[in-house]
Amino acid sequence: MTAASTFPYEGHVPVLRLGGVLLVTLQGDLYDSTAEQLRQDIGETASDSAVTGVVIDLSGVEIVDSFMGRVLSDVAAMTRLLAAQTVVAGMRPAVAITLVELGLTLPGLRTALSTEDAMRQLGDEGSVLPRAGRPHRERP
Amino acid sequence: MTHSTGSVSACLPIHSDLDLVRVRQHVRQMTAHLGFGLVEQTKLVTAASELARNALVHGGGGQMECAPVTTGGIRGLRLVFSDQGPGIADLEQALSDGYTSGEGLGMGLGGARRLVHEFSIDSRRGVGTTVAVTSWISGPPRPREAH
Ligand SMILES: Nc1ncnc2c1ncn2[C@@H]1O[C@H](COP(=O)(O)OP(=O)(O)OP(=O)(O)O)[C@@H](O)[C@H]1O
Ligand SMILES: [Mg+2]
Repeated sequence: MTAASTFPYEGHVPVLRLGGVLLVTLQGDLYDSTAEQLRQDIGETASDSAVTGVVIDLSGVEIVDSFMGRVLSDVAAMTRLLAAQTVVAGMRPAVAITLVELGLTLPGLRTALSTEDAMRQLGDEGSVLPRAGRPHRERP
Repeated sequence: MTHSTGSVSACLPIHSDLDLVRVRQHVRQMTAHLGFGLVEQTKLVTAASELARNALVHGGGGQMECAPVTTGGIRGLRLVFSDQGPGIADLEQALSDGYTSGEGLGMGLGGARRLVHEFSIDSRRGVGTTVAVTSWISGPPRPREAH
């Protein structure tokens, strides 16, 4: 077996639920079928509950090609229809540079430097999660 | 002239999405081994992923040949993707951004061309498609200055 960092991910990516936010952590190299499955899983989880945000942690991902790019755009479009936001967190600089050159602009996808940052972005919009260590802001 | 250094060339099949993962990993390892920077590694791996998927999805499967090359002391990696699929009727159209005959984004072929230093494509209807790409370790090689 290869090292964990390059171990290809086949099968299921866990979709965690934290309050109103779905957190998906992608790691290594994803099979196309795994990415497809993920799109479906997020769609199902997002629609059967009051989900207000989806955070996709890409910090462990070494490449995003047009296939993965399409899955990310689809998730963003789908969650928007469900009145939720998708934030992609922790994309590596080399991946971001490559995506631009590839010509993928990923419309509708918001980005954040880290998962915490993404959670904060969603939280600041009055969505979700009570934040630890920060006073809960009342909204009118 | 470009020479194949011959030592570590490989030929990988492209018949499943597991093969796509293997192609990406092989190109990643080779570029890292040859000393490509992280961004250049990522670009070539991404281009390889696009071209391998095209061979699989549009060409009905094929193979990738991978060989280190050198020219004028500069090292690079050359990848040749080939399939015996239906071929591409209109190359210019296929290379243009946003054109897809399926349900993709239509960014793969044109995008792959932008991600590498050298790109050539040969496609014949009913015979198949071959795409060859090369990237060099620090920019494309230039002719040495005459003294
Ligand atoms: N190896 C091939 N054999 C036959 N046709 C091909 C091949 N590669 C590309 N094509 C044709 O060129 C078109 C454009 O290819 P391109 O990779 O840019 O887009 P795509 O594969 O349709 O979508 P994606 O953005 O997901 O890659 C394809 O839709 C297909 O019609
Ligand atoms: Mg393609």
